[in-house]
Amino acid sequence: MTRYGMVINVDRCVGCYNCFLTCRDEHAGNDYPGYAAPQPMSGGNWTKLLELERGQYPHVKVNYVKVMCKHCDSPNCAKAASNGAVHKRADGIVIIDPVKAKGQKQIVDACPYRCIEWNEEAQLPQKCTMCAHLLDKGEPEPRCVESCPSGALVFGDLDDPDSAVSKLVASGKTEAMHPEYKLKDKVTYIKLPKKFVAGTVILGDVDEVAVGADVKLTADGKTWTVKTNGFGDFEVEGLPANTIFTVDVAAAGYKAASCEAKTSKDVYLGEIVLAK
Amino acid sequence: MSEEQVFTQCTVGGPVRVYVEDGVIKRMRPIIFDETDAPSWTIDARGKKYTPPRKTTLQSWEVPERQRVYNNRIQYPMRRKNFDPNGDRHPELRGKDEYVRITWDEALDLVSGEIERIREEYGPAAITAMTSSHHNWGFLHYKLGPLGRFFNILGYSMCLDNPDSWEGWHWGATHTWGYWWRLGHCEQSELLQDALKNTEQIIFWSVDPNSTSYMYSGQENLIWRHWMKEMGIQFVVIDPHNNCTAATMGDKWLAPRPGTDAALAQAIGYVWLKEDTYDHFFVENRTYGFDEWKKYILGEGEDGIAKTPEWAAAICDIPAHTITALAREWASKKTMLATASIFGAAGACRQAYATEWTRLCIYLMSMQGFGKPGVNFWGGTGKGSPLDMGFHMFGYSDNGWDAFGTVGEKSYFPFHNPVTQKTYRILLPDIVMNPPVSWIGEGFCGNSIDQQFHRFTCPEEGPNGAPIKMIHRHGGSFISTMTETNKWVRMYQHPNLEFVVMQDCHWQSETKFGDVILPASTNFEHSDLSEWGAAGGYGFNDFNANHRICIYQHKCIEPLWESKPDYEIYTLLAERLGFKDEYTEGHSIEDWNRIVFDKSDLPKYISYEEFQKKGYFVVPSRPDDEEPKVSFRWFYEGRDADVPSEKRTPPGPPFNGPNLATPSGKVEFVAQTLMEFDPNDEERPPMARYIPSWEGYDTKGLVEKWPLQLISPHPRFSYHTHNDNKSYWLDDIRQHRIKIGGYAYWPVRISPADAKARGIKDGDLVKVFNDRGTVICAAIVTERMRPGTVHSYEAVAKYDPLEPGVAGSPDRGGCVNLLSPGRMVSKNVPGEAQNSCLVEIAKWDA
Repeated sequence: MTRYGMVINVDRCVGCYNCFLTCRDEHAGNDYPGYAAPQPMSGGNWTKLLELERGQYPHVKVNYVKVMCKHCDSPNCAKAASNGAVHKRADGIVIIDPVKAKGQKQIVDACPYRCIEWNEEAQLPQKCTMCAHLLDKGEPEPRCVESCPSGALVFGDLDDPDSAVSKLVASGKTEAMHPEYKLKDKVTYIKLPKKFVAGTVILGDVDEVAVGADVKLTADGKTWTVKTNGFGDFEVEGLPANTIFTVDVAAAGYKAASCEAKTSKDVYLGEIVLAK
Repeated sequence: MSEEQVFTQCTVGGPVRVYVEDGVIKRMRPIIFDETDAPSWTIDARGKKYTPPRKTTLQSWEVPERQRVYNNRIQYPMRRKNFDPNGDRHPELRGKDEYVRITWDEALDLVSGEIERIREEYGPAAITAMTSSHHNWGFLHYKLGPLGRFFNILGYSMCLDNPDSWEGWHWGATHTWGYWWRLGHCEQSELLQDALKNTEQIIFWSVDPNSTSYMYSGQENLIWRHWMKEMGIQFVVIDPHNNCTAATMGDKWLAPRPGTDAALAQAIGYVWLKEDTYDHFFVENRTYGFDEWKKYILGEGEDGIAKTPEWAAAICDIPAHTITALAREWASKKTMLATASIFGAAGACRQAYATEWTRLCIYLMSMQGFGKPGVNFWGGTGKGSPLDMGFHMFGYSDNGWDAFGTVGEKSYFPFHNPVTQKTYRILLPDIVMNPPVSWIGEGFCGNSIDQQFHRFTCPEEGPNGAPIKMIHRHGGSFISTMTETNKWVRMYQHPNLEFVVMQDCHWQSETKFGDVILPASTNFEHSDLSEWGAAGGYGFNDFNANHRICIYQHKCIEPLWESKPDYEIYTLLAERLGFKDEYTEGHSIEDWNRIVFDKSDLPKYISYEEFQKKGYFVVPSRPDDEEPKVSFRWFYEGRDADVPSEKRTPPGPPFNGPNLATPSGKVEFVAQTLMEFDPNDEERPPMARYIPSWEGYDTKGLVEKWPLQLISPHPRFSYHTHNDNKSYWLDDIRQHRIKIGGYAYWPVRISPADAKARGIKDGDLVKVFNDRGTVICAAIVTERMRPGTVHSYEAVAKYDPLEPGVAGSPDRGGCVNLLSPGRMVSKNVPGEAQNSCLVEIAKWDA
């Protein structure tokens, strides 16, 4: 049995917005009876990108997170709909019926991910269809996947153990955006941003960066270790949020230094100067 | 439901499948290859095989191309209401007048009548004409096609282009390594293989490949950077803005003050000299004048100042220990410097004294022995996959300003135009308003280095010169791409200018300054035959996609409203002026397509009918087992030049055996061409050096009033002006525009410290201003800006002053080039210097 799903690799996304724009190209003003009424010519966000700026000058980076319907295996929207206006197809794709759903605004509110939009003019709740109208014609993937130049979007059959998407899920690297919702998401993520702690280590006496210095982060009995690179920089990625870390820095021949970092946000500690 | 038709077309970004129902474009998709298409190349590197996807990629701005077709179009021929060709022309009303719809016959009679009158009254030199860069793709119908042929037959003052995206390379690097036939950029051959196999580090210096290295080629080279990241190649990005590449792929970001890159370069050289971490073989055998530079850097030169990291730190505002670390990383790792091609041109080469940094880049790479495995120039990591350069297809600029002449019976460029007078694009307002104007340098100096030293005056002296009385503008806008562009507003309203024609598909920034407006159709409304990304001419063999693809560009829909293809518009004008037969050679567009096909290598592989039906042809790549001929490997090894990318006939590049095309045949640290031209030019001395900017972070008399440095690189979500203000979906991308109160404003990026000092919050409306103008923008407060520097992309397609047609009125369209300096790079370097621009920013209370 085919059961469609998608893995979004955040690490691979460079924020080109092709997924966002192709979704509009496919759906804005275009009618697919039985699948979806036309998306409005402007303003549709069935797939969108969150831009997350992380860190502080000069240690900054950006993650882009594609947000779209998760095609949950136990979808809240289907429960909220009356007269069967939302159904999960045999292949797992969740479809809002563009006729039956008319006027049912409660469907919008039922999605904890806020991935359903209200089309005011058509009085319809609308969302991503995984381009089911194309898949049913034999096309291999939705438009957003087709247009992704990064290979950040992997689409396929979750029930086929040999599919690329199944292998990623089996690798244990994927996670739901909000596992606590317990919705059995079929759209999952790799490298959803957590928090980082970074800094630059300087040898004070010679005013040079410390290459290969040892950095140790400790919190709640766990430790993370890393060495500084050729610029004296270190960065520990994927840390839990809202945690206080002790940061210990050591380089041979220098006095060790220690400081604290609180991951209420991504933290760049600036220059940590080691004395002889 | 009506029947769906699928056509093939090529946008400026690359090939697309176009889905049409009832004569309306419904969607556009990339081309997915089928099993009959030629196989893709495979590169075997570090134990892994790399091969590209079997489909084409799309640029971000290319995806909403159907919006570009339908939105903001000029629908009918129009005449400015208060323009009376037989009475008062009211030039002062250009930009604020109303328009009346006229018929095509009226419009064409008016334009041809004015051409005849002006020719008679002032001579043909009184007419100038120009296109902007790149709006409709096609070999025949690209910017050098229909207009160039028309005006070269007619005779006109050719408007010389300045190399607006890579000024410093053109006017600087040519004197260090030759390559004037590439306008200062160097050869780029098989660099992908070399990098995947050998490179350990890429330095992106003032380059943002994820925004601009794609040029015409989708996002084809993005996957290469992913491969390199996966194999652990370190990416260092040097740019005052944490650009789109730095933000998602960078391992290290260094943010010098704008205009100080040359100082940083000198300090890197200092570390290498002191620590003896440079390639002695290369500097001894492949360079000229190194010792003089060495003395200068070490403080033994005329100024007696050692260019230490501490010296540079005070100028660049990067810590000395970080500069030293950069120098050591660079010397210890096999490094490619991602600049020196069109795919790697960015801010630092468009500023005061930009010739210095570009030349210093070559000095530094010489010290690391460029051309040896893994060490090279790789502009933007943009080009260099194993493509077959031997397959012949035409590029749009193969024949300069007459694409039709490439394949026709007669070429009208370069020798047909009887007018020798020239105008110069960036000086056009001065040429119109305050003649005579003189400058040195022939714009694109692609035939010899001497062209850089030619002196021009407009009007030309003698009986054949004439003041400029008519401008025929075709496509795009210069108000948002040239410098100090309130001058363009003043120029259009000046009484010297008797007649202005605007021929375009869309309402651009400048369209409303025309006396007559002619509606042109887009490439989707006529056919053409082209190759993806093929610039030809100075960009010959600049293919930066994963496959070479030739496209039969189908006519997908009828011309919209009353628009006509440019070729037809010029044919109708030529008919009225009596040279239709010369212009068309009796050919329809379809006839020309067939001629192009027959003269290319396509017939060796596919019939015309098959090609027309399928819409595209994938050119077979080079065999995987063929030894790659990497750029400069020949030079490093002392062999005759052998790279296939540089074959060009006629004339071939003037390599002489194993030598570069400089007087010495070597990399010239002291440029003999400049020694000969003007050894005392302190603004472009024979030996490159850091020269404090004439409008920089410490320019006394300016910084007190205008404390922020504004940089304005090419945008990510519009190709120049051609997608903005048409493809409105782009307005929902916050990096592109920000909607406030229903109006989509252009963003300006500012650091949290600078914003706080001015009481500015993220999303606020602000005015960016200086003595030259005021632009209203939406503030993005971001850690991605270095303090003291602000950033706003150039090239909006909207000029929307609060008081229409009033020069200096605050613009809310986002034309930041209203603010940039009209002063050129240096006294003998006639290039744009947008990134030497001081401004202040304040909250805007509308």
